[in-house]
Amino acid sequence: MKPLYFDYASTTPVDQRVIDKMKDCLSLDGNFGNPGSRSHAFGWQAEELVEEARINVSTLVNCDPREIIWTSGATESDNLAIKGAANFYKEKGNHIITSKIEHKAVLDTCRQLESEGFEVTYLDPNENGEISIESIEENIREETTLVSLMHINNEIGVVNDIEKIGELCRNKGIIFHVDAAQSAGKIEIDLSQLKVDLMSFSAHKIYGPKGIGALFVRRRPRIRLQPLFHGGGQERGIRAGTLPTHQIVGMGEAFKLSQTEMQSDLSKISSYRDILWNGLSEMEEIYVNGSIDNGYPGIFNLSFNYVEGESLIMALKNIAVSSGSACTSASLEPSYVLRALGRPDELAHSSIRFSFGRFTKEEEVKSTVKLVQESVAQLREISPLWEMYQDGVDLDKIEWA
Amino acid sequence: MAYSQKVVDKFEKTLKNPEGASVGRWKPGDKDFHRVGTGIVGAPACGDVMKLQIKCENVDNKNVIVDAKFKTYGCGSAIASSGQLIDMLKGKTIEEAQQISNQEIVDILELPAIKIHCSVLAEEAIHRAIDDFKSRRNND
Repeated sequence: MKPLYFDYASTTPVDQRVIDKMKDCLSLDGNFGNPGSRSHAFGWQAEELVEEARINVSTLVNCDPREIIWTSGATESDNLAIKGAANFYKEKGNHIITSKIEHKAVLDTCRQLESEGFEVTYLDPNENGEISIESIEENIREETTLVSLMHINNEIGVVNDIEKIGELCRNKGIIFHVDAAQSAGKIEIDLSQLKVDLMSFSAHKIYGPKGIGALFVRRRPRIRLQPLFHGGGQERGIRAGTLPTHQIVGMGEAFKLSQTEMQSDLSKISSYRDILWNGLSEMEEIYVNGSIDNGYPGIFNLSFNYVEGESLIMALKNIAVSSGSACTSASLEPSYVLRALGRPDELAHSSIRFSFGRFTKEEEVKSTVKLVQESVAQLREISPLWEMYQDGVDLDKIEWA
Repeated sequence: MAYSQKVVDKFEKTLKNPEGASVGRWKPGDKDFHRVGTGIVGAPACGDVMKLQIKCENVDNKNVIVDAKFKTYGCGSAIASSGQLIDMLKGKTIEEAQQISNQEIVDILELPAIKIHCSVLAEEAIHRAIDDFKSRRNND
């Protein structure tokens, strides 16, 4: 039996309607041409499809299609936005503000820039995972050129107030980059209103293919970037490389579909989170990581105290979820996101992320509630920490070997 | 993490039938508690805590482990390693048990390299339990 999939924040299956469009862009009979070929119909047709996809992406987030640059995914978009802006504007200043709970694509990029002489402030979130306007304001310096923050956090689903943060940055003349890999197509984004200058997108988080993404680069006020890739001058010289027509068409279709399905997807997903939480909230020693009130319901992160996350994942073998436990990571470190929220390590080890999506079914969520209850009870039965807790022992007072 | 079938089997058996897999505890006040040695190793913050108890009887002037129980908080391989250790302990003298090395557990369960610390924890647990048992005997 195939496990039930509750890991949509990691990746999503490609919507069949997207696959159908992509298939038409590969073979001799299809639109296989290089969109950069200006001398024949193969190229022209491919270019037309690429531009149609660009319109689909820009329509979803309400920006000018000319503000969309194709990339290989959100990681590249984050790299291009942060390195590109930091380097282009380095005469103006060398200071960047980000947070401790960003995706590694942002954090490691910032680390790299630090090694090149830039200074980076990593803001602490509050206990829900939100970045406060005040903390950004307090850390702005004369030399600050860029603020980079995510829209929806990939581990805990908390939503940053990019509207207010954008206002602040615009008033201070600072470029604002938003990683929207988890939010585009899931919650509304209106770039005609938001004071966001750069925004990263991914296709595979929203039922498109892996290996394709985009970066929004604002034209008014104009944001300039130093490119990462040099070559054939595609994407107005900002991102060289032959455009992968089938990937782009897939992303365009996925974004178009997500616009029409956003409300129905969201209300369905919201009800799933409620079913899960209503079913589990009565359990003892269970903690929500993030915020139910200010969280995207498709990402729901819970800690089951006194149970280790990897063993819970093993016990839930018919369910595909992910954990902030050290044991599931190559580094043997528990989730840096949960630690930054101030969660003790043992709760980080005990965390499970449930993420729902378009193809999740209500029965699947209901059966998961039961399975989680049973598995947690089984693992607590064999947990010495649960035994101590039941005995009334204060675990913080024990000197662990 | 791709575990060997042996880890998976051991883990699942333990979960389905904890009592049959020697999950449990002896606590102060239990009959024979003075013949029980307890070892607790690991730390919640590290994601692994193993509690091992051995019950010994004097056979021909030797302390023989006649029964053992455990509880483990940790990843699947930590739970499987505890269960494996229990299987290896019963019937051994405490001197023999002292000789059990973590490598035996690694070999039997085919633990991946990144999980070897789970077997080390099991080895430490038996040493602690034996030390605890001996210190209790000395106090008799």
